[in-house]
Amino acid sequence: MSHNIAECDTARRQFMKKTLTGGSLLAVATLIPIAKANNDDVKQKDEKKSVLTGNEFFLTIVESKVNFTGNTRVATTVNGLLPGPTLRMKEGDTITVHVRNELDEDTSIHWHGIILPYQMDGVPGISFTGIKAGQTFTYQFTLAQSGTYWYHSHSAFQEITGLYGALVIEPAEQVEPVMAEQVIVLSDWTDENPMRVFGKLKTQSDYYNYNQATFFDFMSDVSKVGIGGAVSKRKMWNEMRMSPTDLGDLSAATLTFLMNGKTADDNWSGLFKAGEKLRLRFINGAGNSFFDVRIPGLKMTVVGADGGDLEPVEVDEFRFGPGETYDVIIEPTESVYTLFAQSMERSGYVRGTLAIKAGLNAPVPEVDAVQPLTMGDMMGGMDMSNDMSAMDHSAMDMSGDMSAMTMNMPGDMNAMTMEMSGDMSAMDMPNARSKASQTVRHAQQEYGASVDARVDTPRITLDDPGVGLRNNGRRVLTLADLKSKGGEIDTRPVDRELELHLTGNMERYTWSFDGVEFGSSTPIHLNYGERVRIILHNDTMMTHPMHLHGMWSDLEDSDGNFLARRHTIPIQPAQRVSFLVTVDARGQWAWHCHLLFHMEAGMFRKVVVS
Amino acid sequence: MIFINNVKKVSLVAFFILPLTGSFADETTEQEHSAVNDSMAEMDHSPMTRLPTLKASSRSADQYSNGYTLEDAPYGLAGPRQLKLADELLFWGLKADRIEYVNSGDQDYRWIYDTQFWIGSDYNKLLLNAEGEFDKDGKLEESSSEVLWSYALSTFWNTQLGVNYTTSDAPSQTWLGAGISGLAPYWFEIDMMAYVTKGGQSAYQLEVEYELLLTQQLILQPRIELAAFSKNDDQQGQGKGLSEMIAGLRLRYEISRQIAPYIGVEWQSTLGNSADMRQQSGENKQQTNWIAGLSFWF
Repeated sequence: MSHNIAECDTARRQFMKKTLTGGSLLAVATLIPIAKANNDDVKQKDEKKSVLTGNEFFLTIVESKVNFTGNTRVATTVNGLLPGPTLRMKEGDTITVHVRNELDEDTSIHWHGIILPYQMDGVPGISFTGIKAGQTFTYQFTLAQSGTYWYHSHSAFQEITGLYGALVIEPAEQVEPVMAEQVIVLSDWTDENPMRVFGKLKTQSDYYNYNQATFFDFMSDVSKVGIGGAVSKRKMWNEMRMSPTDLGDLSAATLTFLMNGKTADDNWSGLFKAGEKLRLRFINGAGNSFFDVRIPGLKMTVVGADGGDLEPVEVDEFRFGPGETYDVIIEPTESVYTLFAQSMERSGYVRGTLAIKAGLNAPVPEVDAVQPLTMGDMMGGMDMSNDMSAMDHSAMDMSGDMSAMTMNMPGDMNAMTMEMSGDMSAMDMPNARSKASQTVRHAQQEYGASVDARVDTPRITLDDPGVGLRNNGRRVLTLADLKSKGGEIDTRPVDRELELHLTGNMERYTWSFDGVEFGSSTPIHLNYGERVRIILHNDTMMTHPMHLHGMWSDLEDSDGNFLARRHTIPIQPAQRVSFLVTVDARGQWAWHCHLLFHMEAGMFRKVVVS
Repeated sequence: MIFINNVKKVSLVAFFILPLTGSFADETTEQEHSAVNDSMAEMDHSPMTRLPTLKASSRSADQYSNGYTLEDAPYGLAGPRQLKLADELLFWGLKADRIEYVNSGDQDYRWIYDTQFWIGSDYNKLLLNAEGEFDKDGKLEESSSEVLWSYALSTFWNTQLGVNYTTSDAPSQTWLGAGISGLAPYWFEIDMMAYVTKGGQSAYQLEVEYELLLTQQLILQPRIELAAFSKNDDQQGQGKGLSEMIAGLRLRYEISRQIAPYIGVEWQSTLGNSADMRQQSGENKQQTNWIAGLSFWF
């Protein structure tokens, strides 16, 4: 025990030293001193409790045996639980968390979406040196926000081996009526060593894709549309050496999908009282899986995203990627419902049950058929999803004729882009809240082996639910539906605009920003105090949930209208999305794709604020 | 790739192959306006307006760094950089593309191996290729072993450079090799190499493979292999010109992605001067090979 305290002290001294030398003592003054407590005693008390409440927490990272598939495997867990305990805190409180590492390797905990001093952000190699085996690190920060968040390891692949849990912050002043609630953590698990999985993808990037087009699919197309049609349907894909069924790097071939740590067969169940509203706090804590979530027979009113309150929007279904959270309110009228979450690449699902009493079961829907990626996903600017039934779809707004285009882009966009393309300086220094530049600027480094495609005609609308959800007969949430309650907080003009491209080469299984993986990159420097616009332009055919640490990402539409405050923004294939950042947090921060395998491959940047 | 001995007649395979594969340097997909128009036209759409695009020179990935580096920036941790992701790791693998039993009829059979060990990063790899043939008595009839440095030149293409060592009935030979391997449009896997050895003899090798998915696990693989030499070398049985062509079909069942038994058939023709040499030594110019084998990697 004395050993641990000594470690704490060392960590604190190092921390103070850094604080003092790093400037900005004020910003972190509230962190000191760090409380010392008898870790073991409280650990005993807290062990195995699935919900912990208060302002001081004791977490122990241990190896635990799990069995999701019939095979026993070792997971990395918090207090022996998978997911880890839900931590319930209160806005305004100063929170102290002692994290003791009982693994044989380094660990860390990152508080996803929490605004805190950078030294407390928990990214080894950026915020701090990590938590070595046998050591305890004490996090301390004051909460200036409320809502649904989560925490997870930022060390190696521990996020997919079980080290994650929910974090719920109650508002300082409860304005909404308190109602019954359930935390729903969706995640994925692999029996394989994740680094081995990564190695396999490096050797064969379609290793886990068992939904590829076959010769007989081709013959079936020939019989339907003739050989010419079948060939032309494949022409572009084949020339570009890309697969329209490349919807996810991993699949149920290695993954088991989990809801609150239970498989579909184990059927996680929650109870509700008849006639009562229920708040569901959905957290995507997966390593590498997008989930499409719905409750057959029930509308969901989405009231929160990434912890922030939203103007309510009623939907049948939503998609979210690793890192994102959504709060929905349901008003059950029946006695039992299935919570259904199918993975984006349609290789599997996880389900749970909400019922008025234990033992009830509702029907479980089939997983939807695979919808291949469209030409619009490949090259943007249009949507040619097989037939013209997609015509009513937003992505089609960009196709059609010129008049449609003008109509759908108010603000005289044509005139504007022409003006801007002729005048670069106009783009570097946008006027007070002009809209994001629509001049595509690929980086020099994108013209090399690290990149397999560059999209010149990006999709800039946000009302596309994405591949697999288009025209499915259900009302699906899109980014365009999100409206933060209370509107934009920082309405200052934009000081600067940064454009970065999300890039990769599926054949080599490389992922990067601007064609440069993390190891060869330089940091993104932001000036303390500025309001910047960041444009993320997705040159790949995958959706990337982009998570900026330490500062909010204020999502806007293509006309520059504020939509919602997020910490993780999913960018679809060939889509160009912009958001604003108030640069109010000095230090070093991580910014990355929250698909664990993309992050690990190098789709990661260090952000320096000074 | 095996250098087939007993061969004749010369033409430079690479010359007629290069135009097929086009420029290797700029293979990246650029979603050009014209491409959009073409495919739109197919779908009976009107052309769309493209947003103006500025080309490569307009922006660097380092544009926003303000001169800082991963090692040197405010608020950095002391000491050397600690955060390293998998883009800085070395990966390795062992591939056995073909371990096969080959029967050419009349109880004439042999064993062929075609394996590769690789280690490296995404863009630079060291390859150890070993390929060879044992006769039915277990004698190594011929072999080709090489060490290559593979460099990722462009999206789908790697350059290969290294040293090759071949053995056969004739004295062994050491070659300097250079070539290119990668994925051509329409998913043709191509590997072509040129080799040169003492005395000015040069050899050219081309392999083309395609994978046709019958189901997710049953895969038909057409494969063509061509070889040529620049000069006659009677001792080595190497004839000037195109010397050999092998066209094969292999049908494999992937028990997993990493292990797949297969059966196949191959048509093997010795050509030109090499064929004449082969005929003089009483061997067949053409033969049909029946194949059963196993491919695996880890």
